[in-house]
Amino acid sequence: MRTEKRLIKRNVKLFFADKGLFFTSLITPMILLVLYITFLEKVYRDSFSAPLAGFNISEEILNGLVGGQLLSSLLAVTSITVAFCSNMLMVQDKITGMTQDMAVSPVKKHIPAISYYVATFTVTMIIALVAIAGGCIYLAATGWYMSVTDLLLFIFDTFILVMFGTALSSLINFFLSSQGQISAVGSIVSSVYGFICGAYMPISQFPAALQKVISFLPGTYGTSLLRNHAMRGSLEAMREAGVTEEHITAIRDVTDCNLKFFGNNVEIWHMYLYLSISVLAVLGVYIGLNVMKNREKQ
Amino acid sequence: MSKVIEIKELSKSFGEVKAVQGISFCVERGSLFAFLGVNGAGKSTTISMICGQLKRDGGEIFIDGKTMHDDPEGIKRKLGVVYQGSVLDKPLTVKENLEYRGALYGIFGEELENRIDELCRLLDMSDILRRPYGKLSGGQRRKADIARAIIHKPRILILDEPTTGLDPQTRKKVWEVISYLQKNEELTVFLTTHYMEEAADADRVVIIDKGTIVAEGTPIELKNRFTGDFITLYGKTEEEIAELELPYEVVPDGFRIKVDNTAEATKLIKEHSHLFTDYEILKGKMDDVFLAATGRKLDNETEEKGEKKGGRGR
Repeated sequence: MRTEKRLIKRNVKLFFADKGLFFTSLITPMILLVLYITFLEKVYRDSFSAPLAGFNISEEILNGLVGGQLLSSLLAVTSITVAFCSNMLMVQDKITGMTQDMAVSPVKKHIPAISYYVATFTVTMIIALVAIAGGCIYLAATGWYMSVTDLLLFIFDTFILVMFGTALSSLINFFLSSQGQISAVGSIVSSVYGFICGAYMPISQFPAALQKVISFLPGTYGTSLLRNHAMRGSLEAMREAGVTEEHITAIRDVTDCNLKFFGNNVEIWHMYLYLSISVLAVLGVYIGLNVMKNREKQ
Repeated sequence: MSKVIEIKELSKSFGEVKAVQGISFCVERGSLFAFLGVNGAGKSTTISMICGQLKRDGGEIFIDGKTMHDDPEGIKRKLGVVYQGSVLDKPLTVKENLEYRGALYGIFGEELENRIDELCRLLDMSDILRRPYGKLSGGQRRKADIARAIIHKPRILILDEPTTGLDPQTRKKVWEVISYLQKNEELTVFLTTHYMEEAADADRVVIIDKGTIVAEGTPIELKNRFTGDFITLYGKTEEEIAELELPYEVVPDGFRIKVDNTAEATKLIKEHSHLFTDYEILKGKMDDVFLAATGRKLDNETEEKGEKKGGRGR
C-alpha cells in the first residue's frame, strides 16, 4: 500500500508541477467561462425568457437558474477533460521510459495502473472541487437556491462523472504511446466534449438524429444529473413564485434536466444506473486489457 | 569467479525478423562485461529478455542460477538498469525521484534516508539532491541515473550506452563512478556501448551481429585473434625501412608496419635489431576487432589510442 501511495503522490505532484499539462487540462473549462462571460449568459437567459413570459420572476431566481446551468456545464466538462489531460502522464511515462523502469522493478504489475487511476481521479476531483467552491461563491453572490442535499448530490454526480472520465481516459490512453497521439486525443477531447455533453449548447437544441446518438453516451446523463441538482432549487423557487408546472417542465426540457431515450423519459435513477454500469464496464475492459498485456509479456 | 548471468541458446523473433538467434554466453560475478553490436544487432532485445520485459521464444536465462520464472521478484531485485535516455522526472528533485524509485523496491522511511545518504557520499551528489532533475548538467544527471539504478543495492548493473552524448570529461567522471562501484560495491557491470575504448577496459567482450555472437573473449584475446600488431619505427630513413621487405605506412616522424602477431614482431626485431633502436608496438584497436568480426564499423567516432605493449626501446 505504501508503494501505491508513493506513486499516487508522484503522479499528482507531476501533474501540478508540469505547467503544460496543468494549463492544458484547464483549456476547456476556461473556454466555457470565456464563452459565458462574452455571450452564453445572455443565451441562457434568453432561453428562459420565452417560457417565463408573463410571470413575475425576481432577478435573483433567474441568476440562480443561469448560474446553476453554468456551474453544471463547467463541472460536466471539467470532470472529463481534466481527467483526460491528467491521465496523459500514463502515456508520457511510456514515452520517457518510466513504464519500462517500473517493469524492471519487482513492483506488482497492477500497482502502476491503480496509481495512475487514483492519481487522475484525485487531481480531477481537486480541480472539480475548486470549481464547485468557486461556483458556489458566485451563486451565493448572485442567487443561491441549492439545498444542502442538492449540493451533496451535485458533488456525488461530479464524483461519478470523474470516475467515468478517469476510466475512459485510462482505456483510451492504454493504446497511446507517442507525443503526437497525446496531442491529437487531447485536442479532440478538449474541443469536442464541450459540445457533445451539452455544456456549450443544450442537447435539446441539437437535431433529432444527433440527439439519439448522444443519448447513448454516458456523459450526457452526467451533465443531466448535474443540471438537475444545480437548478432544482431555482426551479422550485419559480414554482413557489407562481410559475406553472407546464412552464417548469418546458424549462427542464430546454436545459436537458429532462432527457429522453428514444422517446422514453429517463429517470434520475436510470441516469445513475447507466453511468455506474458504464464506469464498471469501461474499467472492466481496461483491467482486462492490462491482464492480457501482462500475460503476453510473461 | 562464479557465473552471475548464464544465457543458453536464447532466441527471439519479431514476425519474420530473427532478432536474437540462439546466443549463449556467461558473465562472471564482479566483472565488467561489454556487449557490443550495431543498432539492431540484438543487444536491446537481449537486455529486455534478461530484465524480464520481453518474453523469449527459446533458450534460458539464469541469474544467480535462477530463471525469471523461478523467482521473478528476487531476480528483479538483483538487477539495476541505467538506460541510454533518462527515466527520471524532470520537474521533481533528485531526492523525490529517488524516493519514488525506492518505493518500487519497497524501500521507505529510515532505510530510504540512509540509502540516499549513502548514495550521496558514494556518488558525491549531496549538492544536487534538492535540485530539480531537469535543471542538472549532463554529468549530474548521469550520477542521479546511476543512483536511481542502484537505490536497491542490485548485484548486477546493466548500463545501456551510459555515456552516449556526454562530453569526454563527463564520460571520464561517469566511468570513475562505475569503476568504483564495481570494485567497492562488488557489482557485476553489464555494459553496452558505442565507445570502443570503454569496451577495451572490459574483462570480457561479446560482439553480437544480426542476432548471433560473432566474437567473444577478453579484449586482448580478441585483438590477437582479429587484428595484427603495429610496429612504429622512429629515426630511420625510408631506405632502411625498405630493408625489412614489408609493406609500410609513413606516419609523423616514422614508419608503421603491420605484422600478423607478436611472435612475428619479436622475430623481426631479433633479425633486424640494428633498425629497432626507437620503436613501439601497439595492439590493434577494438574498432579493428569490431570491423573484422562484423564487417562493419560502429557508427560513431571512437577515441581509442591503442594499447601499448612494448615500450619505446632505445
